[in-house]
Amino acid sequence: MKKFINDPNDVVAEALAGLAAAHPELRVDPAERYVARSDAPHAGKVALVSGGGSGHEPLHGGFVGAGMLDAACPGEVFTSPVPDQILAATKAVDGGAGVVHVVKNYTGDVMNFKMAAELAADEGVTVETVLVDDDIAVQDSTWTAGRRGTGATLLVEKIAGALAEEGGKLGEVAAIGREVNAASASFAYALTAGTTPAAGRPGFDLPDDEIEVGVGIHGEPGRRREKLRPARELVRSALDAILEAKPIDSGDRVIVLVNGLGGTPLIELYLVYGEVATVLAERGVEISRRLVGNYVTSLDMAGLSITVTRVTDEMLRLFDAPVRTPGLRWGA
Amino acid sequence: MDVTLAITWLRAVADSVAADADELTKLDSAIGDGDHGVNLRRGFTAVTALLDGTEFTGVGDVFVRTGGTLISKVGGASGPLYGSAFRALGKALPPGPVVTLPDLAGGLRAGLDAVSALGGAIPGDKTIVDAYRPALAAFEEAVIGGAALPEAAAGAARAAGDGARATISLTARKGRASYLGERSAGHQDPGATSTWLIFQALADVTAP
Repeated sequence: MKKFINDPNDVVAEALAGLAAAHPELRVDPAERYVARSDAPHAGKVALVSGGGSGHEPLHGGFVGAGMLDAACPGEVFTSPVPDQILAATKAVDGGAGVVHVVKNYTGDVMNFKMAAELAADEGVTVETVLVDDDIAVQDSTWTAGRRGTGATLLVEKIAGALAEEGGKLGEVAAIGREVNAASASFAYALTAGTTPAAGRPGFDLPDDEIEVGVGIHGEPGRRREKLRPARELVRSALDAILEAKPIDSGDRVIVLVNGLGGTPLIELYLVYGEVATVLAERGVEISRRLVGNYVTSLDMAGLSITVTRVTDEMLRLFDAPVRTPGLRWGA
Repeated sequence: MDVTLAITWLRAVADSVAADADELTKLDSAIGDGDHGVNLRRGFTAVTALLDGTEFTGVGDVFVRTGGTLISKVGGASGPLYGSAFRALGKALPPGPVVTLPDLAGGLRAGLDAVSALGGAIPGDKTIVDAYRPALAAFEEAVIGGAALPEAAAGAARAAGDGARATISLTARKGRASYLGERSAGHQDPGATSTWLIFQALADVTAP
């Protein structure tokens, strides 16, 4: 393992110190381990708190700021935060109008956020939870933990964050977050595994000519392995799965996110976006907005995910609203 | 079991988790995200610090605080699951510096109930439950049969080991391994394995 680190045990703490140094508009609490807007709490504003394992940067700390999250709690690498940490972040940004927790559907995240929400309720803070489960690579049934939360997390945080910023009520902010999640589908491929600093070796070995299909964002392997094929064919397979899983038809408008998993250069992401645009044009789907880049990563995993969200006028308006965070910034 | 034995057990768990952290992480890399050993080691290092610096009011107190420490230090799924198990175990015990064997059996059952309630797993899902449930059954059977703690603990450890090894052939239906579907078969579940370590530690420290 070759990484720019000091000690594998100190990676998260030292990265947070660096984030604070780079972004004076954020407040980092090193003891309680959260990142918050330095101007929070805002009296009467619904606050958004998210979090999850570290290693997905800029998610979530990089999405704290005006128009998006009020606070984020980064856990250890690929490990969900603990209830104390989530509770501290929740209390730090509660402006009296309630707090929305944006939680990715991983067992650990779900349990720890649930415990934190119960603790917050004991202290008089009302919490609504929006569960993100957009990864359609996972077979969903009553016998499984359900689909994972991946790229759509960014869109949920952006759109719900914009509604909170303009004064939406707790129920409304949570509702639009859930609508965005329900309208989203994601699918990912990996060419290599990421390397966790504490483990010091890649999460899995992949022969040079094979890819993991339907991979998640924690270095966990995907659903199956296949021979590497041209990007055009991979994009088609991913979009076939996405459009089959979610009702996105000719005439619909969508936001597309082509997301790098940390180790894929932009030249490949743009190439893939071009293929996505071609396929969706063939199907009569209109791409209203798009994001291409590394937003929800998996350390240094070479790979990418494609997220398609069918949008309404309201979602588009909120997506376009000003945002000022380290990882997403426009109109402000 | 008295306070001293409870502390001795937890220290043995901490040593065992530290010694086997790499092995647990390797098991987790195959079907999860490869941090189970690292996370449990972090949690039990904090438990060791707790044991070093605390005056406990009773056996239950030892386990309740151990559970709280795991919840606030581990994260992931194993933190809440093991944390809740130890908290439930401690809460179910009568107050005081010594508890009886039937009390301990009842506490261990409360721990399993807490894990099942929080994680929603049933036997065969390839989780902690697959080691914990047979271990508890063996422990209870030994206690009902009039066995002493060393014998009950040894039986529980053997059953936990069998349960953990039996997860190799299972397909995961809970937790992160479930995302692999059928590909999770052929690998021993890391959570069932760490549960085995916990029961094995009790057998080791009580062995005559």
